[in-house]
Amino acid sequence: MKTRVYVTLKSGVLDPQGKAIHHALEGLGFEGVRDVRAGKLIELDLDEGVGDEAVEAMCRKLLANTVIENYRIEPGGAA
Amino acid sequence: MRSAVIVFPGSNCDRDMAVALKAVTGRAPAMVWHRDSDLPDGLDLVAVPGGFSYGDYLRSGAMAARSPVMRAVVDAAARGVPVLGVCNGFQILTEAGLLPGALMRNAGIRFVCRDVALKVENSQSAFTGRYETGEEIVFPVAHHDGNFQADRETLDRLEGEGRVAFRYAGACNGSARDIAGLLNAAGNVLGMMPHPERAVEEAHGRTDGRRLFEGLLETVA
Repeated sequence: MKTRVYVTLKSGVLDPQGKAIHHALEGLGFEGVRDVRAGKLIELDLDEGVGDEAVEAMCRKLLANTVIENYRIEPGGAA
Repeated sequence: MRSAVIVFPGSNCDRDMAVALKAVTGRAPAMVWHRDSDLPDGLDLVAVPGGFSYGDYLRSGAMAARSPVMRAVVDAAARGVPVLGVCNGFQILTEAGLLPGALMRNAGIRFVCRDVALKVENSQSAFTGRYETGEEIVFPVAHHDGNFQADRETLDRLEGEGRVAFRYAGACNGSARDIAGLLNAAGNVLGMMPHPERAVEEAHGRTDGRRLFEGLLETVA
């Protein structure tokens, strides 16, 4: 069972990597990009019995730093 | 003074820290591997050194903070043992929950590797007793993720409680309120991005870091 965890910076937290990507896109001549925020996608391949609460705990304890990051769990993502 | 230096895969300032501790305290520290679940008895200081533990995977310090030895370090800190985290060590202490906030990618993206002037904000701690409040000192920095961030309420509380130990005298990495070094509420845990262990001997070009270790030696002796 695949579950995807998206980890993103909280709004208001400065994202230097997103900014650099934004500048690079502008440098390549792409117009109309208002903002760029970079995050992480973590794919978990889980046994059937692993519940949502366990995945929540994984996010809080390790996968995301909740001081600066939000996480979103998307069950059943395609492999 | 009995000290220990924690060594993770990817630590690279562990030996600098050991040399500095030996030079100032006269006693070589125990080098403790990250998989050990116990620290030596009777420690007066635990040093969490700089480097790139676990290759900075996931987030700087994230994996190291969950390693077996860190449970022992958290317990030691709770008992009042002084814990010093430098550079990656600071990142590990925030990830382990011993210090608030987080250390993010430098605001200018670039790795910053140079000497920086610091202002001593709190000279009352076990780590900073040999400095004067308001004094300017110079330590080297070498980091990519030194941009300290916390929410405004946390920052106000830290300032109000006198927990900012060192501040950058000029812009360095985008850190909120130019925070370079931070104490825990009890004052026995210090995390800092600049490297005192690289400013101990004349051959380093600067010796401002020596007083940090001398102050600890005085406090615990």
